[in-house]
Amino acid sequence: MSTIVEQPAVLELEPRMRPASNLWRDAARRFRKNKLAVGALVVVILLILIAIFADVLAPYPYDYSVISEALQFPSPQHPLGTDAVGRDFLSRLIYGTRVSLLVGFSVMGIALIFGLFFGLLAGTLGGWVDYVVMRWVEVLTAIPIWLFALFLISVWRASDTAPGSGLLKVIVAIGLIGWVDICRLTRAQLLSLRQKDFILSAEAIGATRVQIAARHMLPNALTPLIVAVTIGIPTAIFTEAGLSFLGFGINDPLPSWGKMVADSSSYIRVYWHLGVFPTFAIAITMLSFSFVGDGLPMRWIRI
Amino acid sequence: MARYLIGRIIGLVIVFVIVSIVAFSLMHSVPGGPFDEEKSPLPPAAKANILRKYGLDQPLYIQYLRYMGSALRGDFGISFQSPTETVIQLIGRTWPVSIRLGGLAIIVAFSSGLTFGIIAAVKQNSWIDYVVTFISTLGLTVPNFVVAIWLLLLFAVRLRWLPTGGWPSASGGDWKAMILPVITLALGPSALVARYTRSSLIEVIHSDYVRTARAKGLSERMVIMRHALKNALIPLITILAPLIPNLITGTIFVEVIFRVPGLGKFFVSSIYLRDYPMIMATMLLVATLWSITYLLSDILYTIVDPRIRL
Repeated sequence: MSTIVEQPAVLELEPRMRPASNLWRDAARRFRKNKLAVGALVVVILLILIAIFADVLAPYPYDYSVISEALQFPSPQHPLGTDAVGRDFLSRLIYGTRVSLLVGFSVMGIALIFGLFFGLLAGTLGGWVDYVVMRWVEVLTAIPIWLFALFLISVWRASDTAPGSGLLKVIVAIGLIGWVDICRLTRAQLLSLRQKDFILSAEAIGATRVQIAARHMLPNALTPLIVAVTIGIPTAIFTEAGLSFLGFGINDPLPSWGKMVADSSSYIRVYWHLGVFPTFAIAITMLSFSFVGDGLPMRWIRI
Repeated sequence: MARYLIGRIIGLVIVFVIVSIVAFSLMHSVPGGPFDEEKSPLPPAAKANILRKYGLDQPLYIQYLRYMGSALRGDFGISFQSPTETVIQLIGRTWPVSIRLGGLAIIVAFSSGLTFGIIAAVKQNSWIDYVVTFISTLGLTVPNFVVAIWLLLLFAVRLRWLPTGGWPSASGGDWKAMILPVITLALGPSALVARYTRSSLIEVIHSDYVRTARAKGLSERMVIMRHALKNALIPLITILAPLIPNLITGTIFVEVIFRVPGLGKFFVSSIYLRDYPMIMATMLLVATLWSITYLLSDILYTIVDPRIRL
């Protein structure tokens, strides 16, 4: 049996020539070196622009249906063809971008608010607060995200009768689960930072707990949190697509890529374009977001 | 160790109870029950009778206690969506299909993931490494229902090599129907395994004891297989663990797309149909599976790496 010896840190031989840099500049410099990440960032920015200017870019409204033009293959008039009720597929795909990104960013917003709050609470107060928060986190991880979001949405869907797009419900349901990772990460960061000397010195000069948490600990926990956010956004987009695929997400006529994939499955033997384009859109979005995340320093820290 | 285990098991029971209470109360807070019908309403007396038969007229906490009481004795009630069989029978009929699908996917995922991960690590920064890294990124980020559609279009619709769906049963059927669902399901986990194997093996290859093994003249094959791999596999346990309950229960998409008659489909349909006994049973099943795997993986850690003490 082999024994394990602590591996010595690799010595940096070349002297450090570059000037002192802050977190952002340092991250930007490393990011630029990664060609794939830069390319992916361009795609992400394009997607964001498509989402913002969907009204201008889309040739038709997303709910404009001409039943006599149903199920057409791509043509000059409809570049990506039409769906089963004669709606322009390109337009629906463009509006679908808006839905996907809206879900991705708002879910992350909710997750950050809750995750940071409970993470800070558990990490700084400790004791029974920490115990309660962590048990709750444990309960949420005992059920797969899927099942829980499915469950929440079906509970809410039944409890109101007003016809809605379901967008808000999807965002809230995914957000209410998405905070768990952020919370766990924030707490772990705070716990490890608590041992550091500079926190000790901050305590020594009489900084309050809240001051230490907000001014000294949080900035140092930032890098892993940014990484967590870049993972969280595509995960949220994927979850929305999946929920819509199963019929629990966005309701017609609002387009969602996941739902478009689901709708395509009955026609896919003949009308291949209905399956190809939305799956392609999902894949491109997921890939570009995760390549951007890969380009960030410290991408592979464990969460 | 014993103290730790007892503590963990108590924690597990607490989580279990909370999950069941949350699921039960959420489920029953929904207006509308399993016996609401839009057309041809029943006379109130008949409906009250049905509700009484299933105990749905009792206060919620009594329903809960009753349910848990019989659940602990192995009686999970009768599924509303399939009233001719008990929940246990329904799960017993459909879960083996999911387990077989998930099990095959685990085997495929681990054998391919390990192989490609090792190759990529040994030939670090070669073209093979880049190809493996790229495909694994694809497998990790692209949702499996997207992969399923692509595979379906290519192999079933265009090339017509494989059937578009179905599942062979005991009485017969086309075994080829298993290929696409298994591959679809295995792709993501396989990518994950390949990635972790690669990065963890690269780390180990640069450690002193591997250099020693090389220095004493062992063949490269021996060094990698006998010495490096053993330690490189420890971090794999953390990802291996959650994969297993995920694969043997969370096959919803693949089962829907390829029309596999497994348990995954019932997760969805029981939520749609407010099939209370079935929802509770599946939730509890999943929660139990997850908690047990987390516990087992922590124990496995101490066995594989004696430095870790619980």
